[in-house]
Amino acid sequence: MWFDKNVGYLANLQDLFTYDGSIYLHWIGNSALYAVAGGVGSTIVSILAGYGFAKFAFRGRNLMFSLLLGAVMVPLTALVIPTFILASDAGLTNTIWAVILPSLLNPFGVYLMRVYIGDAVPDELLDAARVDGAGELRTFLQVALPLMRPAIVTVLLLSMVATWNNYFLPLVMLSDKTLYPVTVGIGVWQGLASGNNGGGHSLWSLIVMGSLISVVPLVIAFLTLQRYWRGGLSIGSLK
Amino acid sequence: MPTSPAQRAANRRRTLTGWMFILPFTLVFLVFLVAPLLYAFYNSLFTKGLATGTVFAPLDNYIKAFTDPSFLGGVAFVVGFSLVLIPVQMIISLAIALVLDAVTTRFARFARLMIFLPYAIPAVIGAIMWGFLYSPTFGPLGQLFGLVGLKAPFLLDASHVFGGLMNIVTWQWAGYYMIIIYAALQGIDPTLYEAARIDGANARQIALRIKLPLVTNALLLILVFALIGTLQFFTEPSVLRTISNGGITQDFTPNLYAYFTAFSYAQFNYASALSFALGVVVFVCVYIFLFLTRKRGSFLS
Repeated sequence: MWFDKNVGYLANLQDLFTYDGSIYLHWIGNSALYAVAGGVGSTIVSILAGYGFAKFAFRGRNLMFSLLLGAVMVPLTALVIPTFILASDAGLTNTIWAVILPSLLNPFGVYLMRVYIGDAVPDELLDAARVDGAGELRTFLQVALPLMRPAIVTVLLLSMVATWNNYFLPLVMLSDKTLYPVTVGIGVWQGLASGNNGGGHSLWSLIVMGSLISVVPLVIAFLTLQRYWRGGLSIGSLK
Repeated sequence: MPTSPAQRAANRRRTLTGWMFILPFTLVFLVFLVAPLLYAFYNSLFTKGLATGTVFAPLDNYIKAFTDPSFLGGVAFVVGFSLVLIPVQMIISLAIALVLDAVTTRFARFARLMIFLPYAIPAVIGAIMWGFLYSPTFGPLGQLFGLVGLKAPFLLDASHVFGGLMNIVTWQWAGYYMIIIYAALQGIDPTLYEAARIDGANARQIALRIKLPLVTNALLLILVFALIGTLQFFTEPSVLRTISNGGITQDFTPNLYAYFTAFSYAQFNYASALSFALGVVVFVCVYIFLFLTRKRGSFLS
């Protein structure tokens, strides 16, 4: 049967980790870098904006919030080619920034944070802190921020998953294979292997092994953080 | 209403602080959403030819796009795909969520997690794995049909690719949608069920008359996400194209077509027009949908 071929797992694993100058380990490292930098960055942006939208009745807020809701409806992959052309004119393509910076755009994250903060952070508490002499920054960091934890974990996890799984953006932006994330790397292997059916056989076992290993980090993250994201996922839909 | 200078100063301060908090988002929004869209729009107004050079021709690319059988065919495919896929996906995820909400055994908890798990698998990897499973040479399908002496259908060739891709996308996303509905179900006050039971409602009536109406917002949210996601379909067809024996062409979906137009044929002006047109088509579709289904307290209001 298809699964009981005599596979030397350890040999395959070693093959995977050493093939082409350990390129696979580079890819995993890159994926981790993009996911952490893009995920943490976009989460910070979302927390700040969500707090601003939820707790300050400033001039221009309604206009900006309508623009935000509009942005949720723009298909992000339709932005990939335009962003590439822009980045290429700015000389940013084929650098890590070309992948990390566009990942900071997360309108849905801002929306989730705004909804959650509106419910979970009472105005009275913030006013009390201000009356006690805390500045805006201190009120935000010490009073409001601890109350947002479930939403922060959810937005962080969702945006890290989105960046880790992203394929179109890095595929377009990067041409140096040492900068690829694991999704693009394995996609390229798959293209090579199916290009020359007979000669690509050793590549197929690398693809299978590489695919399995690349799934492990996220599965672990989801299993261990279950408690947080399960509650967080309902934020956008309960209202 | 007349305001005192002190109040006005407080208003000004509030406006300033509010903007400080949304400033990072505003910058990202301008640089990575507004600027690329405007630049793509600007680029789409020019045509580039070997003989003519770059010429300002504001409508040419759009006339070309909306008469281009490749683009229109791709749009027709993703629209048709959405119309079949989304209801199927919603019914499956809703049914599972209702079952898992009613059953609280240890097995149900385990099943919930397992059904959700494909969401954590990158679409590229999922597509490659399904490519293996579909493969006539080393897939299980070929062997299964081989046992009874039949030739297995190749689920990525032109006549089966619709179902083949639908299976992959449903596998990937149904669990995520199920969790969102499940979370909404768990948020319902259980005393409602008690009251309904006392009034003589059975389990089916409770599910359809109480649970379903109370999770409409979750269903709408999912519908919008599924619609946006499906209309910009790219990763799976792009990964599976090379092994599909021509079942998936370079113009299979609008995004795939824009990608090949830009990177295989270096027609960046036309690709800009395609991307911009796709963005506008999706935005308008979703907006109309939300407008038609709007109600107080939901996403758009």
